[in-house]
Amino acid sequence: MSMHGPIATHRSATGVPSGRLAIWWLLASEIFIFGGLVTCFVLFKLNGTPGFEDASLTSTAAGAINTFVLLTSSLSIVLAHAAIEKGDRVKSFRYIWYTIGGGVVFLGIKTYEYTGKIIHGHVITENLFWSFYYTMTGLHALHVIGGMVIMALISFDIRKGHNYQRVELIGIYWHFVDLVWIFLFPLLYIANF
Amino acid sequence: MSQAAAAVQTDTHAEHHEELSFLYKYILPVDHKIIGMQYIFTGMIMAIIGGYFAYAFRMQLAFPGELVPLYGLVGPGEYNMLVTNHGTIMIFWVAMPVLIAGFGNYLIPLMIGCDDMVFPRLNRLSYQIFLVSALVLIASFFVRGGGFGGAWTSYPPLSSVAEYSLTDWGASLWILAVALEFVSFLLGGINFVTTSMNARAPGMKMLDIPIAVWFIVVAVILFMASVGPLVAGAVMLFMDQRIGTTFFLPSGGGDPLLWQHLFWFFGHPEVYVVLLPTLGIVAEIITVFSRKKLFGYRTVLYTAFATGGLSFVVWAHHQFIAGIDPRMANVFTVTTVLISIPLAEMMFSYIATLYGGSIELKTPMLWALSFIAAFLIGGVTGIYLGASAMDVYFHDSYFVLAHFHYTFFPITIIGMFAALTYWFPKMFGRMMNETLGKIHFWGTFIPFNCIFLPLFFLGLAGQHRRIYNYEHFPDLATQELQNIRIFATVSLVVMLIFQLVFIYNFFVSMFKGKKAPNNPWNANTLEWTIPSPPQHGNFKDLPTVYRGPYEYSVPGREKDYWPQNEPPEEN
Repeated sequence: MSMHGPIATHRSATGVPSGRLAIWWLLASEIFIFGGLVTCFVLFKLNGTPGFEDASLTSTAAGAINTFVLLTSSLSIVLAHAAIEKGDRVKSFRYIWYTIGGGVVFLGIKTYEYTGKIIHGHVITENLFWSFYYTMTGLHALHVIGGMVIMALISFDIRKGHNYQRVELIGIYWHFVDLVWIFLFPLLYIANF
Repeated sequence: MSQAAAAVQTDTHAEHHEELSFLYKYILPVDHKIIGMQYIFTGMIMAIIGGYFAYAFRMQLAFPGELVPLYGLVGPGEYNMLVTNHGTIMIFWVAMPVLIAGFGNYLIPLMIGCDDMVFPRLNRLSYQIFLVSALVLIASFFVRGGGFGGAWTSYPPLSSVAEYSLTDWGASLWILAVALEFVSFLLGGINFVTTSMNARAPGMKMLDIPIAVWFIVVAVILFMASVGPLVAGAVMLFMDQRIGTTFFLPSGGGDPLLWQHLFWFFGHPEVYVVLLPTLGIVAEIITVFSRKKLFGYRTVLYTAFATGGLSFVVWAHHQFIAGIDPRMANVFTVTTVLISIPLAEMMFSYIATLYGGSIELKTPMLWALSFIAAFLIGGVTGIYLGASAMDVYFHDSYFVLAHFHYTFFPITIIGMFAALTYWFPKMFGRMMNETLGKIHFWGTFIPFNCIFLPLFFLGLAGQHRRIYNYEHFPDLATQELQNIRIFATVSLVVMLIFQLVFIYNFFVSMFKGKKAPNNPWNANTLEWTIPSPPQHGNFKDLPTVYRGPYEYSVPGREKDYWPQNEPPEEN
């Protein structure tokens, strides 16, 4: 396979690089997946489905810490992007790994939360609230894990000096993962409507 | 102009001549043409399975309880499985892969004048996921309990509780296969949209893009915007089945209607997702074979946008009798009838294109014209069903079934044959046999009407669908009605036999047909400016575009066509 790839990859009739365009379309389709779940959750909640009062049992403190961790990790991926724009591979590599570290802390706290809930009998089949809780946070966690794996691959890539643009692309994705959490946190941990 | 020069420079720079091994050329290709053909061939194989299923359950309806030749006895459970998977296969594994992924892959880079998709390896991945999804679906027929039998709409609680569906594993593999298929098309769709946005030939403005490409792109965007909630729904249904959650089960506080909303929020735009590519294909064919400019290019395009937009607010017309609020039913009746306006406008544009043209009835043109005729019947009967008052009677009757097949048969089967016969010379470098093509056309189109027209009458007579043996219903077991069923089934068998003509013609022409010139139909779009079949990398020198795709019979020109890449004459 040639290093350059097809000419199509390098064309840009819109002026936006294809990679960035594609990541935005990916996120657009992701919005509908999470949007579907969130809408279902809100409709059940507005209908007064029994079990949704269990929202008060989730640990707001743990959720808040996780929000802080995730937002901070978004800052570090922005710094990684800023560094690679200046061509500083070492610094960018380091910031990418800070971001991955943020993901690890986030998942650790998540694991702690899950364990606590399951010990107290709040399993996924207990009622609809917990079904939504585990489905939504679980799907979100899968996105976090996926992002971390891809970030690790990119970090080694840029250390060798390839594909600098990918730092920006994974950054856009990571912000989206962040944004989903910004919706999940109030819905599952705070809201009492 | 400088852009064009730059493109030509990069082209010569990146040109490479290395021969790819068989493995990388045909099994693990990144070439969009080969991937497109992989999709088309996989879709055609799945069409044979779907057609075989239709044959088996139609025989059971015509001759209940008798052994079906080449199949065996069709029991009630098996009947459900056949009906369900016929629908699933024909929509998700035939219409989508052939019309969108297959022709989309093949045509987009050729028609917009570049050498490949923007992300060739993503393209390959999306086909591989698609192939896995097809294998998972086929595997589901052979697990304990057999394939899923809860209809292609898969309504819970029937689909979510193994004790109800009796297909514990079949149901889960089915939902898994569908979800994988969605993932494959989301990846492919991102590629299609990005390619069409970014990789166009220099000079090709938005309104110079052939309608076929435009419509595939609009269809893909509709798909991306509608399938998300159903992906979420599929996850929820899968968890209901395997983990024991109760998202869709009233016994645990869930709501079965929620699934219907999620399903049809996708399911109705899906109709337009598969319709638009065929409409695009038909637009290409009718302009070429009537030697006329497409009537109202902009109008056609804007009606597609309007249809796409409206298609998001009509879904509940599938649920008029499912217990939704009657006031909501009124709203959805209005939107449903509204959506026929842009589509009718598009149909009139196509008919106006034909008006006064030098029409040449080659096989692709016959398919394109028959599409317009058949789809009109499908569209008009849809207006009956869209009115909630009438739908109360028609719901779940054979009237719905006949209406549905008058839309989807033209879309899927007629659209597929139109495209295959039209682009065959480009794909394989040889011409198909016209006489055999016409025999196949009439041998398909006449029986098609004989199958589905009578079903309208069965529906009006009150025949409910999804019943495997009408002998148990005295009102429906009369000889008259049974004769209609037998007539429809015999017509189906005739139609299936005529497909052998196509298969023969297809494979013999592929190897022994007359050599095809670059541009056998004297068409304008860019794929016809290069040798048939196109080489790896498509264009020797990447083209520059000077005009729209439908400049036929331009006054004052010697030739009656004007390829998009031909530089304007200097005066």
